[in-house]
Amino acid sequence: MIQLESFLIISAIVFSLGLFTVIYKKNAVGILMGVELILNSVNLNFVAFSKYVDAHINGQLMAIFIIILAASEAAIALAIILNIYRNRASVDVTQLDEMKH
Amino acid sequence: MIQTALFIWLLPLAAFTIQIFLGKRLPRKGDWVSITAIGISFVLAIRLLIQALTHFDPEFVVTASIPWIDLGSFKINMGIYLDNLSIIMLMVVTTISFLVHIYSLGYMKGENYYNRFYAYLSLFSFSMLGLVLWDNLFGIYIMWELVGICSYLLIGFYFEKDSAANAGKKAFITNRVGDFGFLIGLLIVFTTLGTFNLSDIHQSISQGVLSGGLLTAAGILLFAGAVGKSAQFPLHVWLPDAMEGPTPVSALIHAATMVAAGVYLMARLSFMLSFDAMLVVAYVGGFTALFSATIAITQNDIKRVLAYSTISQLGYMIMAIGVGAYTAGFFHLVTHAMFKAGLFLASGSVIHAVHHAMDKTGEHGDPNDMRNMGGFKSKMPITHLVFVVFSLALSGIPFFSGFLSKDAILGGSLAFAIAQSNPIHYLLPTFGFLAAAITAFYMFRLIIMTFYGEPKKPKLFEHIHESPKTMTVPLLTLAFLSLYFVYTIPSLNPVTGEGGWFYHLIEKPVSAVQLQLGHAVYQMTEHAEHLAHVSGLMISIVLALTGILLAFAFYFWKKINVEALTEKIKPLYLLSLNKYYVDEIYEATVIRGLLLWNDLLAWFDAAVIDGIVNSTAWIVRNFSVLDGLFDKYVVDGLVNGVGLLISGFGKGLRRIQTGQVQNYVLGAVLGTAIIIILTLI
Repeated sequence: MIQLESFLIISAIVFSLGLFTVIYKKNAVGILMGVELILNSVNLNFVAFSKYVDAHINGQLMAIFIIILAASEAAIALAIILNIYRNRASVDVTQLDEMKH
Repeated sequence: MIQTALFIWLLPLAAFTIQIFLGKRLPRKGDWVSITAIGISFVLAIRLLIQALTHFDPEFVVTASIPWIDLGSFKINMGIYLDNLSIIMLMVVTTISFLVHIYSLGYMKGENYYNRFYAYLSLFSFSMLGLVLWDNLFGIYIMWELVGICSYLLIGFYFEKDSAANAGKKAFITNRVGDFGFLIGLLIVFTTLGTFNLSDIHQSISQGVLSGGLLTAAGILLFAGAVGKSAQFPLHVWLPDAMEGPTPVSALIHAATMVAAGVYLMARLSFMLSFDAMLVVAYVGGFTALFSATIAITQNDIKRVLAYSTISQLGYMIMAIGVGAYTAGFFHLVTHAMFKAGLFLASGSVIHAVHHAMDKTGEHGDPNDMRNMGGFKSKMPITHLVFVVFSLALSGIPFFSGFLSKDAILGGSLAFAIAQSNPIHYLLPTFGFLAAAITAFYMFRLIIMTFYGEPKKPKLFEHIHESPKTMTVPLLTLAFLSLYFVYTIPSLNPVTGEGGWFYHLIEKPVSAVQLQLGHAVYQMTEHAEHLAHVSGLMISIVLALTGILLAFAFYFWKKINVEALTEKIKPLYLLSLNKYYVDEIYEATVIRGLLLWNDLLAWFDAAVIDGIVNSTAWIVRNFSVLDGLFDKYVVDGLVNGVGLLISGFGKGLRRIQTGQVQNYVLGAVLGTAIIIILTLI
């Protein structure tokens, strides 16, 4: 039987990878993918806790919500990125600093 | 009774308020408002008099008061003091005021500012009645000043004329001199006794709180107010000039009521006069009586003769108070008010006629000048009749009211002189008797010049006619009130008023000074009174008749040549004609002195005060330059420094805001990590 800790470790690794991606990647699409990783690490946690700690399926329901949310978020984010690309022919986030100061 | 008195007092005020604001828009310019108000006051005053007569008690007094000013220890009540003296005074004021209101209907018809004239008359009635009614000196002082203002306004009623405007100013300023004394007297009384109330003052002085020299000073200073208002020497100069006002005003204010206010005040305050103060009062009065009578002989302006005669008669009243003939003095005030108001109104009737005749014939000249008159008897029978009645009363001929009162004063002064150990006090009755003879002389001179002889200007004479009913009815009323029996009822004795209602109601109040000293203020014996009474009676009748006979001898029968006589005593004649040069002396001393003083003060102002002000300004200006520099460099430097510091700090902080989303995320993550670590620790 796989222990809860294993899930949590995997989830933490995935979260860290996602966070690293979000911070490190210059490509907006890459950042989006990092965000997906973070969301999915959370999903993993929910499902794991649902299985081992709680007898109900509340956690799994929440995971389904998050999947739906992630899908819609990806749709909106991609639309924004597409617009940025149309305007500036680039998706490099380091160049998107007009709002500073 | 208090309510009645309040109504009498306040109705004219209501009329004044209506008149001054609405008078112009009311029908007939609102003269009926004032007349109704004073008419009701008159009727109510009659009611009060009847009540006083039914009580028939010399000590009858009603008072009522309410707190007015209350500032810690400074308390003044507002109240009414109603005794026989004030009731009779109310009667006099309302009677004459009412008659003058009616008379003015005819006299002032068609004048400019007609409504304002009636408004002023109402205001005057209010002030005068207030002066009579108040129970404390503070209120009396207020009303005293108010009547002064009314006098000023009414003398200067024809203010387009320079002479009238100046006469108003002269009256006001001269009065101020006396009023200043009054004010100091008031302050002495208040600081020593702590009250203005008449009864309280009487009580305090009886107990000796105020005595000796200070009491004498207070008495004389309060008398100074009366000297101003009652036109006694040396402040008499304003009254003759006051004749610039309309004649009804001269009758009401400058003959009968306001000028009597000084006498009334002295009658009210006679209880606090020490012997020395009484002597001052008596001598000022006696001297004025003779002094102005001698001026009246030579005047040609009909109203000026009457004005000097008024001053002279007021002198009698003041002298009466001074020699302790209290009842006689007040009696003379009442009788004089009636016949002198009458004389003025009658002279107004004459002037009115001459004025209209001048308008018709186009002749120019002074309508007041008796040298333009003569022979008016046939044209103005009623005016002539009343004029003779009034003059007989004024001259002191038996069967007329003036005789009773004047004889009482002369008797009083003679008794005073006889009873005193110092023979110099015989001067007082001498002044009085001489003035009495002169009075008779100048009054008949006036009558003969106006009503008898040949008309001096025949063309003018053609157009002279009797005045309208509104003018003659008041004259006839006053003539009736100048008959002796009005004052002696129930007795009909023509030589003394002592059996009459007046003498019964007005009794000399117990002197507070006498209570304080424990003996009489001045010596008086029954023997002296009796002797003075009999001899005074004889002498005064003889002197009055002599005066009248002399007037006829001079001006009617022409037995004595006037021109030749005046030529012989030219210096004396000029002295009298020019009023003893009192005005000129004042011009040379007081006025010139004041102007010099003015110049000196102006110089002081320009050189010293302006210098101080200018140098202060210079110092302030230079100081402000320094201040400006300080402001510019130190204060502004501080402010700018703080600004620079903050903007520099902001610039540094701005670096953090890179615009790189990932930096922010990193920041957020690190921040969260730090918080977690801190919580774990």
